[in-house]
Formats: sequence, C-alpha cells, structure tokens
Amino acid sequence: MSEKALNMPSLSSGFLSVVRRDVLLAWKRPGDVLNPLFFFAMVSTLFPLAVGPSSEQLAFSGPGVVWVAALLAALLSLNSLFMSDFEDGSLDQLILSPQPLPMTALAKALAHWLITGLPLVLVSPLVAITFQMPAQTISVMMVTLTFGTVSLSLLGSIGAALTVGLHRGTALLSLLILPLAMPILIFGARTVSLAAADDAVSAGVYFLAAYCMLTLTLAPFATAAALRISNE
Amino acid sequence: MWTFFHKLASPPHFYDLAAKFIPWFAVIGAACVAYGTIAGLFFAPADYQQGDAFRIIYVHVPSAYLSMMAYMVMAISAAIGLIWRIKLSHAVAAAAAPLGAWFTFLALMTGSIWGRPMWGTWWEWGDPRLTSELLMLFLYFGYMALRAAIDDTAKADKASAVLALVGAVNIPIIHFSVEWWSSLHQGATLVREGGPAIQTGMLYPLLAMIFGFTFIFGALILGRVRTEVLFRERRSKWVRKLVLPEGDQA
Amino acid sequence: MTELLSGQDLCLFRGDNCLFKSLEFALNTGELLVIEGRNGSGKTSLLRGIAGLLEFESGTVHWSGERVEDNYQAFRADIVWLSHRVGCKADLNLIENIRFESGLRATDESRLQAVLERLSLSPLVDLPLRSLSAGQQRRVALARLLMAKARIWMMDEPFTNLDKAGHTLVVELIAEHLADGGGCIVASHQALEVDGRTRQVNL
Repeated sequence: MSEKALNMPSLSSGFLSVVRRDVLLAWKRPGDVLNPLFFFAMVSTLFPLAVGPSSEQLAFSGPGVVWVAALLAALLSLNSLFMSDFEDGSLDQLILSPQPLPMTALAKALAHWLITGLPLVLVSPLVAITFQMPAQTISVMMVTLTFGTVSLSLLGSIGAALTVGLHRGTALLSLLILPLAMPILIFGARTVSLAAADDAVSAGVYFLAAYCMLTLTLAPFATAAALRISNE
Repeated sequence: MWTFFHKLASPPHFYDLAAKFIPWFAVIGAACVAYGTIAGLFFAPADYQQGDAFRIIYVHVPSAYLSMMAYMVMAISAAIGLIWRIKLSHAVAAAAAPLGAWFTFLALMTGSIWGRPMWGTWWEWGDPRLTSELLMLFLYFGYMALRAAIDDTAKADKASAVLALVGAVNIPIIHFSVEWWSSLHQGATLVREGGPAIQTGMLYPLLAMIFGFTFIFGALILGRVRTEVLFRERRSKWVRKLVLPEGDQA
Repeated sequence: MTELLSGQDLCLFRGDNCLFKSLEFALNTGELLVIEGRNGSGKTSLLRGIAGLLEFESGTVHWSGERVEDNYQAFRADIVWLSHRVGCKADLNLIENIRFESGLRATDESRLQAVLERLSLSPLVDLPLRSLSAGQQRRVALARLLMAKARIWMMDEPFTNLDKAGHTLVVELIAEHLADGGGCIVASHQALEVDGRTRQVNL
C-alpha cells in the first residue's frame, strides 16, 4: 500500500521527525549533552590519579581507559532514553503511530548517538593527549570510538527499552548491557593499542564496523519488541 | 502428533508426565556420573603433560557444556513462548536460568582450580574460555535480575524472553572476541583438554560424565518446572485439588 | 453507515484475574461507544487492547472488515489515542509538538488556526507545555486529536482536569466528529450523553 493511500507521511519523514524532536529536546536541556561529556572526562582523570602519573603507564593504559570511560558515559545516558516518553505518554503515541516501531526505535537510538556519542568522539582527542597517546593512534581511536558508540547506542536502546519504568532501572540496565558490550570494548581498546604499537589495525576496525552493521540491522527490532512489552 | 504437543503444553498434563520422567533421569544420571567419576579418578591413565591434575576435566568439561546447553534451552523455550504464546515454555525458560548459572559457576570454579597448578594463578584473564564463561555468568545474572525486577509474571516472561534471545545472538560474538583478544596477548598459555588425541581410557569416563550431567540437568529442570507450574497456576482448580485437603476445596 | 471497528470473543487477564471474557463490541461511522465500569474494572485495559497497546489473551479486533493484525499500519493511521497523560513533550511548545505529530501521521495543517481558536489556545502557542496549567495541557491534547486525519477517536477518561466549560467542549467536539462520519470510543467512569447513536459496553 502506498503511503498516500495509507494516509501517512513517508518513512523518511517519520524517521527524521523523531531524530529532530530528540535533538531539539536535548538542545533545550544542554545538560543532556554536557553531563555525559563531563563524566567521560572525569572518569578518564580517575585513572592517572589513582594509578600514578608515570608516562609509560599512561601511554600503555590510555586506550583502555578512554574506552572504559566512553562505555560508562554511554551507559549513564542510556537510562533516560525512553524514560520521559514513558512518563508523559509519548511512548503510547509512538507505538500507535502508523510509522513502523522499529524505524522509530532506530531513530531514537541514532538521536541518542548524536546527542551523547558524537560529542564524545569529538572530545576524545583532548583526553587522548593528556594520556600522551601518540598522534597516529588518535585517528584510529576516533574511528573505533565512532563505530563503538553507535553500536552502544543501539545495543543500549534494547536495554533501555527493557528497563524503562522499572524501579532502579539504571543499575539493571548496566547489568544487562555490559556483558553484551564486551566485544566492543575488547576490540575497540585493543585496536587502539595495536595502533600505538604500529601494528595492523584493519582487522579490528573491520570487526567493529561489522558489529556496528549487525546492531544497526537487528537492534531496532529487539528494541521495538521490548518497548511494546514494557509499555503494557 | 500435534495433539501430543498440545497436551504437553497443558500444565496439568505436563505436571504428571514430568513426574514420571524425573526418577528415570535421576537414576540414569547418577549411574553415569558414578561410572564416570570412578573410572575418571582411578582408572583413566594420567596425562603425560599434566599428571593427575587434569582429572578435574571430568567435572569441568561437563559443567561448561551444560552451562551452554542450559542457555540454549532457555533461549529456545523463551522463543517458543514468545512466538506461540505458550506459558509453559516461559516456565521452562525461568527454570533453566538458575540451573545454567550454577553450572557456569561450577565450570568457572573447576576451571580456576585446574588453572592453579597449570598457570600458577587462580585466574588467568588471558584464557579465552574462562573469560567468556564469566561473561555468560553475567548474562544469566542479568536475565534473573530482569525477571526479578518485573512484578507481573506475563510481562516478566516476555521481557526476559527478548533478553535471552539478544544474549543468544551475542554469545558466539563474545566467544570469538575473547579468543581473538587472548591470541594477541603475548605469553598466554592456551589450555587444551586432554592433549592432542584423547585416549579412549580418558574419553569414555568423560562422555559418561557429560551424559550423566545432562540427565541430572534433565531431572533437575523437570522438577523446577513442576514447581514453577504449581506456583503460576496456584489459583486454578487442578492445583487446589492437589494441594488442599479434601474437605477444603472452596 | 459502515462498520469501523468490531471485536469478537475478547478475553483479558490482569495477573491471575480475568477482567472480561467473550466480550464483543462494534463501532459504526457516526457512533459513540462508551465503555463503562467502576475503577479497576478494566476499561482502560480494554481500550488499550483495542488500540493495540496490549495483547488480548484471545479474540480478534476487526478494522474496516479485516483483522487488525493483517493491516496494522492502516489501522494505526486511522485511529488517534488520547489518554489521561498529555502525550506531548513538556519541554516543547504547542507548535513544535504539532509539527512533530505531522511528521508521524497525516495531519490537516490548514485547520491549525481554527483549532487553536476553538480551544482558546492561541495566546499560549509559544510557551513550553510545562508552563501551562493541567486544563490547558488537556486542551493541547485535544488539539492533537482535532488536527489528525483519523476517523476513530479513542479516549481514556477525556474529562480529567477539565472544568464544566471544558466538559461541554469535549462533548461538542465528539458530537461534531460523529456528525462528520467519524467514530469515537470513550472509556469513562462518568456518564456521557451525546446526541446521536451511542452504544455501551459495561464491565
């Protein structure tokens, strides 16, 4: 059935509407963007403070620390992905809109990435420099972080959908998502370490890209199913 | 044929049918485990590399195998429950989770004990299988935590089913990632069970233990599902008839 | 007069309690269906089930002659949902909310001014919804209803937070919608009388 006959705007219009709305909401509440960023920066600072500032240690542990901090910052921001929609009744509207729910879920996850993941990737070089990571690794780090944060937004949207409205949802969300996010962390951090050692990074980058494609295609369906279940 | 499955999905029929199978499974399982333990501990030849320490394989490998099989049982019954809306299937998934978690824990513990004489440490992050078993334990915890957090049983069934399926897709990816990571890690000792070609003297007790554990798992899960069924159907007539004394059937 | 929606053999449980069994209903064009019952009797659940927000234990809902499952996109394009929650973002103003809606479903942009006038919302257009009173927010939700090009209105407790004038307004809007050939399903513990054909489902 064509969309005109169905009496509804096109799929791309629906997709962009959701993305635009969420970005607009974040624009009105800068904390949504800034808090995860500050968290990312602060967590990265914890390690040199706790472990000691020796140059070798910093350069060695830099990739791992940046990645763990990025993972934690993403987890922190995921909890509220569907929370306000659930509370003000917008989630009912999203589920009942003629747009396919997986498409809407994908739009929400990508909006989440634009709000939290992308700024994090852009800020990461600053953190990398404080860890005295060599320059050639920074580009690799940004590429891996891009694929990784997109995957996290998508994977995390499943967890957020499963735990929306639950008591103490954040801790549960982390418990659900962290084991699933391990491959991203492993490959992300290890690839950057390989770059620092001047080794070939293509395998790791390809894996992260493939994982990203996998979550892009499958996660929205799981998120849509979870949203319907949680909203009952 | 379909009537058989239809009957199986009915809780009271399953309750009675399972009761018949449990003693058989338990006995066969115990017998296999008994044979495997005695043969493995006393009659199997010592490994030329590891000496007697390798004998923990007879508990470690079946546990690890069962931990994965339990997850498969959980994921498949969750899928069946979700797609065909069969409540009993959800009960099977709920019953499988704690069993799977215990087997995973057992595998980790025996793996750690095995590792002590081999690597000199109680835990080796470089070993891929141990690390991915640990992550699987976390997946089980997550599943059980999600179930516990949702009050309504039907909703908990469906939500945890989605989680189980997402986990099932991720498990091969997790295994592969951890293996790749450890192969890059210079100096890790890769542990292989039993050496390059396993002798029959070692193999048969191992197979017996695997069978035995599987049958015991079968007995345990049938028992757990019966309990789940009783709890879920506690308001229905057939349960009240079973549980309450004759005069009290109000 | 054509049939818009009908349901057969609907059954729903809440936990272990059976809320209703073998329930039937029908809604034709120009009709109002009122779901009545005490609090907790399952009015909201029935309405949510018909809309598709929760699953019935058994039974089917038919829309324009076919099963909802067979053509759910067209079904959802033809219904508008109003619950006791606003359904709009509190941080955005009315125009931004309406613009978002029009990206998801077909809306009649040309009616915007008329709708705002009717609901006395014109002076409030630029304010974020959180600055509005509860009654004003409810009227924003009604604006969403009026702007949508959907034949079936589904309303859960539409009179919440409304004063007497607001109550009369809602009844008028429903009557006009019915006269236009639309249909309306309302779940309410308050009595609702509208000129024209009204059916009832009692829980």
